[in-house]
Amino acid sequence: MTSTGIRDRVAIVGMGCTPFGEHWTKSIDDLLIDAVTECVSSSGTRLDDIDAFWIGTKDSGQSGMTLSRPLKLDHKPVTRVENFCATGSETLRNACYAVASGAYDSAMAVGVEKLKDSGLSGLVVGAPPNDGTEPDLTPPAMFSLLAPAYAARYGLDDEQMKDVLTRIAWKNHANGAKNPLAQFRKPVSLQDIRESPLVAGMLGVYDCSGVADGAAAALVVRAEDAYRYTDRPMFVKALGLASGPADGAMRSDYDYTTFPEVVRSAQDAYRQAGIDDPRSQISMAEVHDCFTPTELVLMEDLGFSGRGEAWQDVLDGSFDLDGDLPVNPDGGLKSFGHPIGASGLRMQYEMWLQFRGEAGERQLDAPALGLTHNLGGQPGACVSFVSIVGAEPTPA
Amino acid sequence: MQGLLSHGIYVPHYRLQLAETRAALGAGPASGSRAVASHDQDSTCLGYEAARRATARAAVTPAGVAFATSSPVYADRTNATAIHAALDLPRAGEALDLGSTPRAAFGALRAAARSPEPALAVLADQRDGLAGSPDELLSGDGGAAFVFGEGEPVAEVLADASVTQEFLDRWRAPGEPVTASWDERFGAEVYGPLVDEVVRLALERAGIEQPDHVVVSSPHRRAAAAARRRLGDGAPTWIDREVGYTGAADLGLRLADVLERARAGETILVVSAADGADALVLGVRRAAGGTSGTPAGHTTDISYTTFLTWRGRLERERPRRPDPDRPAAPPSSRNVRWKFGFVGSACEACGAVHLPPQRVCLACHEVDRMQDRAMRDARGRISTYTVDRLAPSLDPPTVDVVVDFEGGGRFSCQLTEGDAQAVRIGDAVEMTFRRVFAYRGVHNYFWKAKPVLEAQTT
Repeated sequence: MTSTGIRDRVAIVGMGCTPFGEHWTKSIDDLLIDAVTECVSSSGTRLDDIDAFWIGTKDSGQSGMTLSRPLKLDHKPVTRVENFCATGSETLRNACYAVASGAYDSAMAVGVEKLKDSGLSGLVVGAPPNDGTEPDLTPPAMFSLLAPAYAARYGLDDEQMKDVLTRIAWKNHANGAKNPLAQFRKPVSLQDIRESPLVAGMLGVYDCSGVADGAAAALVVRAEDAYRYTDRPMFVKALGLASGPADGAMRSDYDYTTFPEVVRSAQDAYRQAGIDDPRSQISMAEVHDCFTPTELVLMEDLGFSGRGEAWQDVLDGSFDLDGDLPVNPDGGLKSFGHPIGASGLRMQYEMWLQFRGEAGERQLDAPALGLTHNLGGQPGACVSFVSIVGAEPTPA
Repeated sequence: MQGLLSHGIYVPHYRLQLAETRAALGAGPASGSRAVASHDQDSTCLGYEAARRATARAAVTPAGVAFATSSPVYADRTNATAIHAALDLPRAGEALDLGSTPRAAFGALRAAARSPEPALAVLADQRDGLAGSPDELLSGDGGAAFVFGEGEPVAEVLADASVTQEFLDRWRAPGEPVTASWDERFGAEVYGPLVDEVVRLALERAGIEQPDHVVVSSPHRRAAAAARRRLGDGAPTWIDREVGYTGAADLGLRLADVLERARAGETILVVSAADGADALVLGVRRAAGGTSGTPAGHTTDISYTTFLTWRGRLERERPRRPDPDRPAAPPSSRNVRWKFGFVGSACEACGAVHLPPQRVCLACHEVDRMQDRAMRDARGRISTYTVDRLAPSLDPPTVDVVVDFEGGGRFSCQLTEGDAQAVRIGDAVEMTFRRVFAYRGVHNYFWKAKPVLEAQTT
C-alpha cells in the first residue's frame, strides 16, 4: 500500500455530537440538525460558509438530500457515503481529501443512524436480491468466532478467555459511566458482565455493544486556516483504509485470531503519520469494540500488544483510563451503542475533547497523538479504517 | 440387461417415541416410534437424500427423474427439478412429479422401469395427522429411490398389473395437513378383492405361482394388514416399529428392505393398495447391497412439543430479528449448480478451491481460469464454530461452523442435526441438502453441514 497521505494538511476546527441512546422523541432529521448546529457553533462559523458536505449513514437515508433537506442547505455539494460500520469514518476521510485537494476551503463530515425505530434486536445487514446461499449469522455470532480461535491459539482455557473479555467490557463501561453522552452511564460489575445471558458462543449480553441512535459532525479546513476558527484545532496526521478480499471464510489459512484488514490499514496510517512504535507514541485510542473479542484482537492488529500478548495486557490494565495506553476512554461502542453512520465521528469527538482538555472526569494528561479505528464487516471479510490525529502540527 | 440397477433409502435422523406422545396426550400406544424429518427438511429434501444414495450405487446417469409424494412442497411448479439440480444431473432429460397420493409411488416406479433411458424413481413423504391420531402416531417421514436402466440389474421386472376403482376412502384438500377418512371397515371391504385381483393378474403375467417375498403397502391400515396375512408378508419389520407408514415412500422402504435380504433367483411381489391396486413382480438377479435399519445411537429422540413446532403446528415466540428475504429467481438460476448442486470452483493455475465459485482466484488472482469442483460428497472438519442464540430458528440455538474440506476448500454454513453442547473443533462433517427457510411461499434450498455418523444407513 503506498498512500502518500496528507499529514498535517487539514485540521478539524469544530465538532458536534448528540447523546447516543434511545431517542424515541427525536427523528433522524432532529439528530442531524443537533449535531450539525453544535459543530457549526463550536467553530464560530456559519453553515452557509461551509463549501461541501459528506453525510454517512448505512440505512437512515439515501443521497445527499438526507442532509440538505433537513438543514435547507442552499444547493451545496452533498455526498452520501456508506462503508458498513466504518461509514462514519468514511465521511471524514472524504471531507479531508476534498479540502486537502484544494477543491474546497471547508468541508463538513456528518454521520447519523437511527436504529431504535426498527424494533429489532441488533444490527441488520441488508443485501441485494440474491440466491439465498449467504451464511446468515447474526453479528454477535460472526464476532464470537474470534474467542475460541484466540483462546486455542494462545493456550487460554475458557475461564481465562471469559475473564479477559469481561475485563474489556468492565473497563469500557467504567469509562462510559464518566461520559454524559453515553448510552449506558453506569459502571457494571465484573460478576454481572460474566454472568450475563449468552447471545452467541461465549459472548454474553454484556460482551455486545448496544443498539443506539445518534449523530456527530466535524468541520474540516486547511491546516493553515485552522487557527482562524479555533485556538485548539485537531490536526489530521493519517487516514488509512483497507477493504479486504473477503476470503477468510473461503481459505483454510485464515484462523480467526486477526483482522488482516486492520493490520494493513494501521501500517498505512502509521507510515503516513511517521509512527514506528504505536504503543509508546500514541496517547489514546478509540477502537471498534463492537464485541469484546474484537477489542482484544484489535490490540494486537494495531500493534499495541505483541501477538498472543494482548490478553495479558488487558488483564494488567494497560488499556484502562489510567493505563499506559488508554483505549476507548469515552466508553466505546460498549457504552455508546453503535449508530453506524455516527460512530466513527463519535470517536473523533473524544479525541477533540481530550486535546482541548474538555473531557471532564475522563480527561487524560496532555495527550499528543490519538488513534481512531473503525471496522465494518466481520472476521475474514471487513473494511478497516485507522486515523491518527494530533493536538499540534508536526514541527517542520 | 434392462432392470432395477440400484436402490437407496433415507430415514431422517429424528424419532418421536410414542411413549412421549402418550405422556403428552394421555392416550395412545406406549411403545414404538415414528421417524421425523428435521425442521429443515421437506419431501423434496427427503427424496434427494434417498436419490443421492441410489445414484451413488448405479453405474448409469439417469436421464429422467420421476418424483412421487403426497406432500409436495409446491403446486404449479415441479418439485422434481430441485432433486434433479441437487443431483447435478445433465440438462437433457425430464423431471416430473407424480402426486399427490401414495399411489403415485407405484406410478413413479413403473415410469422409471419402463423408461427407454436410464431413469430414477424418487419416493418421499412427510406425513401428519390430528394430534394423537393413528395418522400422526403410526406415520413417519422418509424417502426411497430406485435407478432403472441397462446394466447388471439387481432385479428384473417380470410383470406388473393394475386395477382401478373409484370410491371414497381417504381424502385431503390440497395444502391441508390432515387427511379425513370414511369408516375403515368400508375401505377394507373394497380393497380385499382389488388386491386379490391385481395379485392374480401380476403372478399370471410373471408365470409364477408363489413369490419368495411379498411387500404390501397401503395407507389403509386394516386393508394392508389383511393383505399381508393373505399373501404371507406378516412379520412387522423395523419400518413398522421405528419409522411408521411413510406415504409414497412406504412402498419403496419396504421394497428396499426386502431387496437387501433377497437372494439371486428369488422373486418379489410388490403390492400397493391405494385407490385401486397395483402389483409388480421382480426377479432378483444379484445381491443389492446395503443394510436397512438404523444403527443404534444414530438417531435423536425429540419431544412432542418440538415435533409440533417443527411441523408448524405450535407457533413459538421469535427473537426480534427480521424475516428472511426470499431467494430471488434470477440469481438462484444463474447460480443453480452452486445453490442446488454445491459445485464450487478450483483454480487451474494454482489449484485453490473456492466455495462459492469465483472468477478471480483468491490465491493467485488469475481471472477466469476456473474448473467446476463438485463438493457435495466431500467430507471436512470443523475448524471453528459458534452457537448463535439470537438467530431465528425452528430449532434454536443455531450452530454455525467453518468447515475445511479434505482436498481443499473452506465453507462457512449452518450445522444441522448437531448437538450445540457437543460440537467441537475437529469434528468430521458432511454436506446435506436442506430447506434453509421458507418465506412467502418460496422454499430456500441450500446445503448445510451435518455430523458424520459412521456406518450410515442405505
